[in-house]
Amino acid sequence: MKDENIYLALVTILAPLSIAAIGGATGIYAPLQHETVDLRQWMTPREFIDLFAVSRLAPGPGSMLAPIIGWNVAGFGGALLATVALYLPSSMLCYGAARVWNRYRGKPWHRAIEAGLSPVAAGLIFSGILGLLRLGETGPLSWFTVVLVAGLLMWRPKLHPLILIGCGALAFFLLHVAGA
Amino acid sequence: MNHPPPVSLAMIYGLFFRIGLFSFGGQLTSWIHREVVLVRGWMTNEEFLSGMALSQILPGVNSTNTAIFVGQRLRGAWGATAAIVAMLTGPFFAVILAAIFYKWIIGWEGMQSVMEGVAAVALGMLARLGISAGRGAAKGLTPALAMLATFVGVGVMRWPMLGVVAVVAPISVIISYMQGRGDEG
Repeated sequence: MKDENIYLALVTILAPLSIAAIGGATGIYAPLQHETVDLRQWMTPREFIDLFAVSRLAPGPGSMLAPIIGWNVAGFGGALLATVALYLPSSMLCYGAARVWNRYRGKPWHRAIEAGLSPVAAGLIFSGILGLLRLGETGPLSWFTVVLVAGLLMWRPKLHPLILIGCGALAFFLLHVAGA
Repeated sequence: MNHPPPVSLAMIYGLFFRIGLFSFGGQLTSWIHREVVLVRGWMTNEEFLSGMALSQILPGVNSTNTAIFVGQRLRGAWGATAAIVAMLTGPFFAVILAAIFYKWIIGWEGMQSVMEGVAAVALGMLARLGISAGRGAAKGLTPALAMLATFVGVGVMRWPMLGVVAVVAPISVIISYMQGRGDEG
């Protein structure tokens, strides 16, 4: 490890994961753990799990695990480099696809693709919800909250989600205090 | 050709910065949908959902891909750059702060319940997006079947997402193309 440039290592770990991660951030956790814990021994398994927990405390996309690992092994520069390495390759690809896609807007076949893809997106959303249900981290109280929040937002579409997030956090905390 | 409403780069940056910073508990796509489609009307529901489907098929994180898609649609290359940089700025510094103070935060005994509550609300937002998308699909037999087939394949059977989409999407697109021609003729 001492002969290896840590910045170069961050890029060579994360840039391929950027392109390999199809279907969201959850796909990168296992390979990232393998590289940083098993192969390079930058941290212990326990430290990795702690960093994973920390990345979930902060707002943002689930993949903020990458900057936090960069921060842990190489400070601010490492965090910045890890973020760029993870996001730049896939973002360039997505930009190219979006550009081509939006150029042909208005053509009949473009409308057909749009109409044909929308229900596929709906199916993927419900699959995502079912996947989170399967994780088993959520109890009956969570599911009650999910239904309540969805209902409230259907009824009042412009209700600000931060208010709901604050209320949810407070309610779960109070129930925890009352129950324990 | 329909053009998106005029939106400045500063507006794009400001919006996605707030989405990144406020999105505790994840599910950023439902935040983007709320702000871009429901509150601001910068895109139609169908435009957004098809872009979201593309974002999921492409490699990378779904929510940042969706941000790039929205930014590109509104203001081209600079719009896409503004959207992704803005959306990552807040979480980037927040996660570093969390790393610095995490022993203190984790040590607080109520943290687990607070995080559960936040995650449940975020999931409720995703369910709301699902209802909105499902309503659009339920307007016709073909889209309803396409939605159901995708859900059963990916969600229930847990078949690989790309494979399911590679089968369902072309059929769904071809039928809607033929129906579109029928409506015009």
